Parts: sequence; structure tokens; C-alpha cells
Amino acid sequence: MDTARAVEAVFRIESARIIAGVTRIVRDVGIAEEIAQDALVTALEQWPESGVPDRPGAWLMATAKHRAIDLVRRKETYARKLAEVGRTLEDEPPPAEPAEPDDIDDDLLRLIFTACHPVLATESRIALTLRLIGGLTTQEIARAFLASESTVAQRIVRAKRTLAKAAVPFEVPYGADRGARLSSVLEVIYLVFNEGYSATSGDDLVRPALCEDALRLARVLASLMPEEGEVHGLSALLEFQASRIATRTGPDGEPVLLADQNRARWNRLLIARGARAMSRAGSGPYSLQAAIAGCHAAAVRYEDTDWARIATLYGRLVQLTPSPVVELNRAVAVSMADGPAAALPLVDALAREPALNSYHLLPSVRGDLLERLGRPDEARAEFERAASLTRNEQERTLLLRRAAAL
Amino acid sequence: MPRFLTMIRINEQDLPPNEFPPEFEQRMGALLEEITKAGVMLDTAGLLPTSEATRLSWSGGKISYTDGPFTETKEVVGGYSLSQCKDKAEAIEWTRRFLEIHPAEWNVSAEVREIQEM
Repeated sequence: MDTARAVEAVFRIESARIIAGVTRIVRDVGIAEEIAQDALVTALEQWPESGVPDRPGAWLMATAKHRAIDLVRRKETYARKLAEVGRTLEDEPPPAEPAEPDDIDDDLLRLIFTACHPVLATESRIALTLRLIGGLTTQEIARAFLASESTVAQRIVRAKRTLAKAAVPFEVPYGADRGARLSSVLEVIYLVFNEGYSATSGDDLVRPALCEDALRLARVLASLMPEEGEVHGLSALLEFQASRIATRTGPDGEPVLLADQNRARWNRLLIARGARAMSRAGSGPYSLQAAIAGCHAAAVRYEDTDWARIATLYGRLVQLTPSPVVELNRAVAVSMADGPAAALPLVDALAREPALNSYHLLPSVRGDLLERLGRPDEARAEFERAASLTRNEQERTLLLRRAAAL
Repeated sequence: MPRFLTMIRINEQDLPPNEFPPEFEQRMGALLEEITKAGVMLDTAGLLPTSEATRLSWSGGKISYTDGPFTETKEVVGGYSLSQCKDKAEAIEWTRRFLEIHPAEWNVSAEVREIQEM
């Protein structure tokens, strides 16, 4: 093991916590990230000479915090000089004591809530969270989201600037605001996972690395907020979904439908972890989705799937978060529990939803129902329409194949 | 992100005393909590001694059974952890931290093996 790699490993493990600890002092995630990077550079210069210290994480944290406190003091001196000419600057004095581990946890949680602040556009929240908490490089984020590196870099810079300009407080909100802010955090993790789980564009159907990044974020959040049922619900949902990743694509990267997946290859450890998280879940939308995913995970064979229970859970989810996409999923579950004839009216009602106008899964589901009802000509037209709407190459191929088979 | 199986090897003829120093338990608890909080730990456990174990081998088209303890082996697996890390360097760093909280007079070794993903 060469020292540089050891130093980088230590830094990767600690960087989110260091950035969080420094942000509490300097109140600016952009400056905090620079200071954390400076501490890494110092370590890379010193440790090969002096050896890796006994508690490398604490060393990096202390180094970064010293710089942060210096910076704040300089700013205060400057502010005092400004104040002498009649201006003031409100600044808390920096904490003198090194933080207790619990404080570090609190700081990390504050950092997560700051990076996911609703003042930022969704894509900025995602990029900033992956960068600051997930420890991904700009290049890795760009590759994951098929964006150019400069676009992502711009996005991160702008996000930091927005947070500074809006003077977003470095805190985990309590009271009325808490639910909404937590939703924003959960949504970011969910969206990262989803982009990895069913890529919205490009050639690959799945990008497992993104799923793993999201899972790691969910696991971190669940250990920082053990009292929040919805956090465990999201964690359970992602563990269950991730257990199937290896079986969702075939040898050529083509999608494999749930009915055809080799369940022997589902990851039992992740299913067990999902079940454990499920036992602490609440009754919110992520917990309901986790319960649905858990039903699939519990079915040893596709025929064993408890579709009636899944349809019921989707019914509850529709009440909680009314959405045509959820309603479409409910229709699929109803078609499995009570037959395609029972589900077709539900899908037809959705065809009038403007939100689903170009959603390829609507004609895809409708095609499937029509095929099962023995109406091949109409089914073929639906599959072809779905193929023209999807942005994923692998899905298009599958849909056209289904159309051609009729 | 690759997964790693870390096997903790101990010498059953040279076991640490039954009475663990109290601060060791505390340090171990704190470290395990830290690894879990980092979203890294998937599963970990200690194993019963090999006196409770049975080895099965398949050779020459026949199964044979050997009950423990396996005194001919110097080191046996006494525990394991399954973790998911960004790379091997990260897995090694966590393992180093795990070993370093043990009392200085104990002999423990750890083998970090990357899991072959299918």
C-alpha cells in the first residue's frame, strides 16, 4: 500500500464529515469543501515523510478546522475594521473545542439537509449531494448522468452560490418545516437510485454504480435518523430493489421482465437487509413502496406473488400521493389479481391524463392487457406507440419485438 | 462499488483471555457503529470455535466428514465482515482501524478479499 492511496482512502472516508464540520464554522459549503481539499493536500505532502498518524481522520478534521477558524477570525478582524467605518457583520464565534462524535453526526446531517435544500433545482441538489456526501468527483457525476463535465461543474458552482446567497442556515429543521425538508432529502436519494435502476436515456438500462451510491446515502441517513420511519422505508425500498439488479438485464443488456427474472439470483442478503429496514418503516409513500417491493421479494416464484396485497398497497399509495404513474402501477397489479378485463377501464381512464401523454409505459401496459384479452391488432399498435415514445434503446428493441410477435 | 469479504483469523491455541478489557468492548462498539454509519457494513459476525465445526470434503468422488477442533491449522477464521467500499484501499483502511483497537499483546490477522461479482 503506498501512502498516497492510503491518504486518499482516509480522505474519502472522512471527507463528508470534514466538510460538514468545517461548514458549521464557515457557514459556506463551497469554502468548506476547499478547506477540506487543502487539508488533503497537506496530508499528501506530510504523511509520506512523517508516516500516517494514529487517528488520520481526526488529524484531517483538526487541520481543516484550524484553517476554518483562522479564516473566520480574519473575516471578523476585517468585519471589525469595516464596523469602525459604520457597518456590522453578524457572525457567531467559532467553536473552540473539537467536536464530539455526536456533534460530527449532527454536522453531517445538517450538510445533507443543506445540499438537498429546496432553494436548489432538483438536478443541483443531486449533483451537490453526490459530490459533498457521496464523495463522487465531478467527472463521475457527469458520467453517471450522461452530462458534460463542465455542465456538472457549473451546476455545483451555481448551487453553492445559491446556498450562500439565500443564506441557508446550516441546520436540520424542526417543527412544521421538517417533513417537507426531509422529503426533499429522500427524493434526492430516490432519484439517484432510480437513474441507476432504470436509466432514462442512453444505451445501458441499468447503471449499478449509481444505485450503490444511493444505497450508501440511504444507509448513512438511516443510521443518522433512526427515529424516522420514512427514512427506513426508503432504505428498505432501495435494498429490495437493489437485490434484483443483477437479474434485470440479460447477457446483451436487454431488459428482463419481473416475470422472467431468475429469482435464485436475487441477492438474499439485500432482501434480508430490506426486511430489517422494513420492520422500522413508517406508513408514508416510501414505506408503502417498500412494502410492495417486499411482496415481490418474498415471492419465491413469480406465480407466488401476492398481487391482491400489492393492488391494495398501490391503492393506499394513490390516496397518499395521487399520481397517474402510481395509478398505472395499481392497474397492472389489479390485472394480475383480477384479470386484464378488470384493469383495462383503469388504464383507459389514464389515457386521458395529459401528464401521461408521452409516457411510454402507458401504451406498453395497455398493449399487454389487450394482448391478454386476445385483441392482437390493437395491442400491436400500442406496443409500436410505446416503442416510439421510449428514450431507452434496450426498451425500444423489446417493445418492437413484442409488436412483431403478434 | 465492489464488495469485500474480510476474514478475521485467530489462533485457537493462543486465544485472548475470556475477560476482555472493558474499554476494548467499548472501542469495538464505537467502531462498528462508525462503519455502519458510513454506509459501508453489510453484514458482520463472529464464529463459534472450530470445536463446534465440521469439515466436509469431496475427493475421489466421495464425501468425508471431519469434526473440529482443527488443531493442525494454526489460524482459523474467527469472524468475518461483508462490506461495500469504493475500492480496496478503503476496505483496507477500515480493516486497519478494526485491528488497531485490539490490545497490543493479542495476535489477530485479517484477510481482505474482493468479491467476484457475477
